[in-house]
Amino acid sequence: MCRLVAITSETPVSPMTALNALDVMREGHDGSGIGLFLRDLGGPLEEMKNEPILSGIFTEEGIRRLDSYMIDMGFLTKYKISIRLPKVPPPGVPRRDMYLVRAYEYPEEWEDLPQAEKEARLVTVRLALQEMGREKGDMIVFSFWPDTIMIKEIGDPLTVGKYLELGRENLNARIIMAQGRQNTNYAIDLYACHPFFIQGFSTMTNGENTAFVPIREYLSSRGEPGYTGFYSDSEVFVHILHYTLKHLGMGVEAYKHVITPLQDGDLEAHPNGEFLKHMKRTCRKLIIDGPNCVIGVLPDNTMFMAQDRKKLRPGVVGGKPGTYVFSSEICGLDYILPDRDKHSDFQPMHLDTAVVRPDRREVDICQQMQRLPRLH
Amino acid sequence: MSADAKITPSTLNLKDLPWQIAWSREKCTLCGQCTAVCPVNAIEPGVFRKRSVDVDINAPYQSGSGFKVYHGIRQRTAPAYHCVGCGMCAMVCPNDAIMPYRSDEADKLRFHLDQGGQPERRGGRRNAPGGVLDQIKFTRISMLTDPALDAGRHEFDMRTLLGRILPPEQNMQQVLENGWIPPVREIYPLIIGGMSFGALSPPMWEGLQMGVAYLNEEMGMPVRISTGEGGCPPRLLRSRFLRYVILQIASGYFGWDEIIHAIPEMKVDPCAIEIKYGQGAKPGDGGLLMWHKVNQLIAAIRGVPMGVNLPSPPTHQTKYSIEEAVAKMIQSMYMAWGFRVPVYPKISGTSTALAVLNNLSRNPYAAGLAIDGEDGGTGAAYNVSMDHMGHPVASCLRDCYLNLVSLGQQNEIPLFVGGGIGKNGNLAANAAALMMLGASGVQVGKYVMQAAAGCLGSETRRCNICNIGLCPKGITSQDPRLYRRLDPEDVARRLVDMYVSFDTELRKIVAPLGRSTSLPIGMSDALAISDKAAADRLQIKYVV
Repeated sequence: MCRLVAITSETPVSPMTALNALDVMREGHDGSGIGLFLRDLGGPLEEMKNEPILSGIFTEEGIRRLDSYMIDMGFLTKYKISIRLPKVPPPGVPRRDMYLVRAYEYPEEWEDLPQAEKEARLVTVRLALQEMGREKGDMIVFSFWPDTIMIKEIGDPLTVGKYLELGRENLNARIIMAQGRQNTNYAIDLYACHPFFIQGFSTMTNGENTAFVPIREYLSSRGEPGYTGFYSDSEVFVHILHYTLKHLGMGVEAYKHVITPLQDGDLEAHPNGEFLKHMKRTCRKLIIDGPNCVIGVLPDNTMFMAQDRKKLRPGVVGGKPGTYVFSSEICGLDYILPDRDKHSDFQPMHLDTAVVRPDRREVDICQQMQRLPRLH
Repeated sequence: MSADAKITPSTLNLKDLPWQIAWSREKCTLCGQCTAVCPVNAIEPGVFRKRSVDVDINAPYQSGSGFKVYHGIRQRTAPAYHCVGCGMCAMVCPNDAIMPYRSDEADKLRFHLDQGGQPERRGGRRNAPGGVLDQIKFTRISMLTDPALDAGRHEFDMRTLLGRILPPEQNMQQVLENGWIPPVREIYPLIIGGMSFGALSPPMWEGLQMGVAYLNEEMGMPVRISTGEGGCPPRLLRSRFLRYVILQIASGYFGWDEIIHAIPEMKVDPCAIEIKYGQGAKPGDGGLLMWHKVNQLIAAIRGVPMGVNLPSPPTHQTKYSIEEAVAKMIQSMYMAWGFRVPVYPKISGTSTALAVLNNLSRNPYAAGLAIDGEDGGTGAAYNVSMDHMGHPVASCLRDCYLNLVSLGQQNEIPLFVGGGIGKNGNLAANAAALMMLGASGVQVGKYVMQAAAGCLGSETRRCNICNIGLCPKGITSQDPRLYRRLDPEDVARRLVDMYVSFDTELRKIVAPLGRSTSLPIGMSDALAISDKAAADRLQIKYVV
């Protein structure tokens, strides 16, 4: 199993808080890797909410190739966070030349593009950089999106966090997702590390998606360039989320109806039964299977947790107005928010999606048997 | 035979036959039941003259040699009366005195079955046991991160969809705008394939229908049954049970006059309409109901005279091409039921299946494609068609599924396959393998006849006389003296047994693979085979 922790807070929080919480839950992961997703950033990047930020790992040669590519495209560096590395990495962490977090100014000719076109082009640039990196092994690109930083590395989460000095203030963020990895393959590919990202959507999962292959085949044929990679069976969760909201125009409440639809008897009794029956049929190839706890973030900074149809993985949501934490285990939650009202902690079950909206006032429980919000 | 009898080229001896009857004079009670029951009159009462030597030592000059006569069973050797190995004689013998045994070498009979220039015709199946389906293993057992599912206690959703599914964007748009969405049926993935009323006896048909109704209404399993080409009894057409029935239309259009006239009186819509273009057992050949079986009832339901051969033409005579046939017939059938009933074609497995599929993919009404592989069964066909024509179902299905995947239409046109599924008894394993190769469901016929009615046929030339109306179990006969051996209630009960145990076995397969929320259609990563060439061809793992 892996361990997950996610924080959504009015005031920016240090990523080290999340890593310490993962350390508290270390019986559930083997210290083989860490993935971090930071959004709604504090620090100097707060002033650059609309500029795309590139996150990745580069060699010296990779940086040179990146610079020439980005300059050719017309991107100008606006701000960068430099991570100075000690000469020798701690045991179990590979030596890298550079962890890059760099905000760019859009090329001039992009200025007047419609938002959707801009978003599509950002994906294209990220995919192109990833492809270049794969050719020469000199760059790994996690995300290229406004107000978003992603860091992934092999090694024990806390050790990596200290090594990369992630406690620095300019990395503080209001939304943090972190996964402590339980390694299931010898050769760890960082692209297979959670969280996964596409166009502002990000998810991380504790579990195993046994329906991965048919889902991958289906997503690959949707004509969406970003539905690619598939280094992990969990990567499809973020694609399905993107598909549900972007292609079908549904809300986060519908996500669970896509990945784990209700059975027939329940559909008959559901106020939106007819609608959901259609959705179940037409999205049949997106039904997930196996034990999975999914935590995700939407572009508007809504955070949610959903469980598989049988609720086979641990997951709890708790907090107080202003700050909520999603965690695999209660001890992780206790570490971050010891003073919360523990009676209102909520463990989503097989029909639930726990949602904390961008205002961070409460945990909204969307139960699958409830009426869906009216469609626009 | 007597010493001066004439020997012709087709004069055979017992050794030349595929089956030899062993009979025990000691055990035989001479009751005559075996000769009465034999469907092909392969055995007859015989009078045997036997020399005996009984020497009296007190009378040295008196002849001790004499002749005795005894009565018993004689096996006939004329090709027309060869033993088919059904074993009914053994079944009825009160003393276990008789039994057919398979010959220890290839028979010579096969060279003499074309008397009068008529090639061998028979019922049954391809005489070739084995096949790739039984070799496929399910190897992706969830061991690492997955608590095993409990096939007995956990919730499983093992249903499938029959009908054209629109792409999600289009479907949800149509829902919002109240547009037309093709009809879709949510059904159990094991369908009883087309066996016609006529090919099957009345109790067999009735038993299957009763079993299907029970499965639906008492067991909550939405099982569907195809009528085959032969119409449908009028009362069934006007009953609520019609919703469990897939009406088949084929090139002879038998029974469709009755069906069309019943439409205004139908209480419910049928599950679907299956347009048969081909049959896996005899591809390119039409159905054939031989005159022996066309009695008053069959004639009435099919709308034909009694006692005539009923060959369906190999093709739909009113159409020029399959493209046109598919398009026009699908449209007409949709129209007949007000666009509320899914309509799909069934073709025999062929290397040109992809062309048909590509046509369907562009036809917004096509509700699916059923492919019948070479191992399919039939009531009557030429032996050469059965044994040598047709395409194995596994690679045909796989090609079609992967083609749909490349088009992104794998959820839109469900593929159903039939032909030899469970022919060696491994019904659930074969069905699950095919689903993971891409089938939305499977059609079975012979397995149902064997499990639910005790059909004696096999892939090794046993029985296979469905065509002449003399089925010794009464399954494919229209002779009341034969079909009264079959009680429809028993058939129904066995059908329910078969489905319930299939369901358990299917769960026992998918649970260890970590699947329960939906039918694992296309989950090819679960499959492996120890034949490298087959693994490459099917794009599944090779294991040793």
